[in-house]
Amino acid sequence: MTTLEQPQPLGGTTFTRPVQILLAFAALAGALIVWRFAAGLGATTALNDGYPWGLWIAFDVVTGTALSCGGYGIAILVYILNRGNYHPLIRPALVTSAFGYTIAGLSVMIDVGRPWIAYQLPFFWHWNVHSVLLEVALCIMTYTIVLWLELSPAFLERARTSGIQLIRRVGEVGLPVMKKSLLWLTALGMLLPTMHQSALGSLLLLSGPRLHPVWNTTLLPLLFLLSCVAMGFGAVVIEGSLSALFLRRKPETPMLAGLGLVMQPLIGLYLVIRIVDIAVRGQLAALFAFDFYSVLALFEMALFAASMVLLATDRQRHDLGNLFRAAMLMVLAGALYRFDVFLVAFQPGAHWFYFPNLTEILITAGLVAGEIAGYIIVIKVFPIMSGAPLPAPAR
Amino acid sequence: MTISRRSALKVMAAATATSVAKAVTPSTASAAAIAAPPDAVGMLYDATKCIGCKACMSACNRANDLEPDTSLSSGRWHMPLDLNEHTKNIIKLYRDANSGEQSFIKRQCMHCLDPACVGACMLGALQKGEHGIVSYNADLCIGCRYCEMGCPFNVLKFEWSKAVPKMQKCELCRHRMPEKGPACCEVCPTGAVIYGKRADLLAEAHRRLAQYPDRYQPKVYGEEEVGGTQVLYLAHVNFEKLGLPAYRDQSVPKTVRTVQHTIYQGFVAPVALYGVLAAVMLRNRKKGGVAEGEEERRS
Repeated sequence: MTTLEQPQPLGGTTFTRPVQILLAFAALAGALIVWRFAAGLGATTALNDGYPWGLWIAFDVVTGTALSCGGYGIAILVYILNRGNYHPLIRPALVTSAFGYTIAGLSVMIDVGRPWIAYQLPFFWHWNVHSVLLEVALCIMTYTIVLWLELSPAFLERARTSGIQLIRRVGEVGLPVMKKSLLWLTALGMLLPTMHQSALGSLLLLSGPRLHPVWNTTLLPLLFLLSCVAMGFGAVVIEGSLSALFLRRKPETPMLAGLGLVMQPLIGLYLVIRIVDIAVRGQLAALFAFDFYSVLALFEMALFAASMVLLATDRQRHDLGNLFRAAMLMVLAGALYRFDVFLVAFQPGAHWFYFPNLTEILITAGLVAGEIAGYIIVIKVFPIMSGAPLPAPAR
Repeated sequence: MTISRRSALKVMAAATATSVAKAVTPSTASAAAIAAPPDAVGMLYDATKCIGCKACMSACNRANDLEPDTSLSSGRWHMPLDLNEHTKNIIKLYRDANSGEQSFIKRQCMHCLDPACVGACMLGALQKGEHGIVSYNADLCIGCRYCEMGCPFNVLKFEWSKAVPKMQKCELCRHRMPEKGPACCEVCPTGAVIYGKRADLLAEAHRRLAQYPDRYQPKVYGEEEVGGTQVLYLAHVNFEKLGLPAYRDQSVPKTVRTVQHTIYQGFVAPVALYGVLAAVMLRNRKKGGVAEGEEERRS
């Protein structure tokens, strides 16, 4: 066996000081969540009847799951386009995706007013099949389970080496079963995001009359789908660069550069469709009115374009610093697009105002902190990362 | 290998292309207004007759067991700024300081013929029920508030102040039927708001328009807006100034259904896509690809 090819647990101290700090933030969020359920949403958030959806939906759910499309994007690359050389990126991407979707699901349960009714969601005889949100909810619930199952071989491989016989047995029996079913799960893991990431865009079709005309288009699902894949790749680049930096590992630059190459046409296609759609709908005047919304839309598109420009040449893509900046721009562009559609371009009326309050921000921050801590712990304990650690720095 | 890989992309591309084409092409059939249910009831509010006494507001709270909203009156009387969790019905005043033009306007659920909130609701807590009344059943409500995101009239209200909240909206006092109609219509001293069958109310509105053409804006608001509503309005002031937007005659959920149907008709596209994805993966694996199960054998 070539040890370099096989994913290995990183080992080392699990609860380092940074992890402790991250977990403290998560614990604070936990306490605030308890308060939110005791006191209700009005007392704890800035949400109101004009802006019934706020930070938790726009960021944790809509942006968060798009950033978690790494697992989806890399799976298409490896299993459909048969680019086996990207295989080492799959497991780290799946860890991010699994945590991202779990956080999104958790946020929804905090955001909804009557979560105890959610147990009725699988009861199909109640389903309103016309509800886009129902599709999103069922898809995200299923996909979260699929993601953890896709990742389960990593846990089972670790279980095989456990000192406890029962856990070892679970690993030995479970691993072959999982490996057999993995193909069918992975196919599902590509179908479900295609459905719900586009549906996240379709959600706001229902708010069409109250959505600014520059953003209000029946192509919302397509634009959301294209940008989520680019955001997923961007997130993998960011995560790859950061883990190389902080965990002192050799960066997978050629692989990440390849992702940069794939992001390019996705961003290009997104921009072309976006602009042609605005033109066809006769909203070019609104786009270039240079009022607040026009400047916002242009800035948003400029972020997409800037990311594409930074990825233009082969040399730029192989410069890790530059690649990282391009990925950051892409992720920001996609996030801004989502915030704009869900909050800024959504116009419930002049007398309504929303800006997230401290509780909402701290809960979101705490969930993200928990996610990062979870990622660090998982890659240390379970075989996720392949590739080589950097030699210890000479002092 | 390339053939099946290409076919996967083709299915994806074809599905996308058809949905794009259908979504972009404006549907010509949609211009026709939606047919109201034959037993549809509703209200007709005539702003020229309203004296702003707000008797309808207290009657509404009494009939629906709603606590008064006293946050702006130091706990003394029901004084809401807008529809909210304590207010299913409100009388507002529009006044232009320069021209002196003024009008009262009553706001409550419009009971759309094709309601966005019903299209939004995941488990059918909101339903277009008997007499076309848009009704709410808390037992199936998760509190996601997507109905609020959808409602073009900003009518649905969430009980923000409660740890165990519900949605609040006018249900045309359906709990008082069939003996009594809506409490607001019952108490109105000037007949500014009347209750009846939608068809009769529409005829009455057109009769008033024909009889007093210079008294009204030449339009019955709600006849066609967002596909038609069961609450109808007559006014002497431009409806937009009264907070009733100039919506097109097309129902919003219909657009959503068109897009969704195009993509998901009979669930064929998702199943086909799943099959193709799995087939391509199987083929890639046979060709010595990197599907996970093969990993160990290779290394």
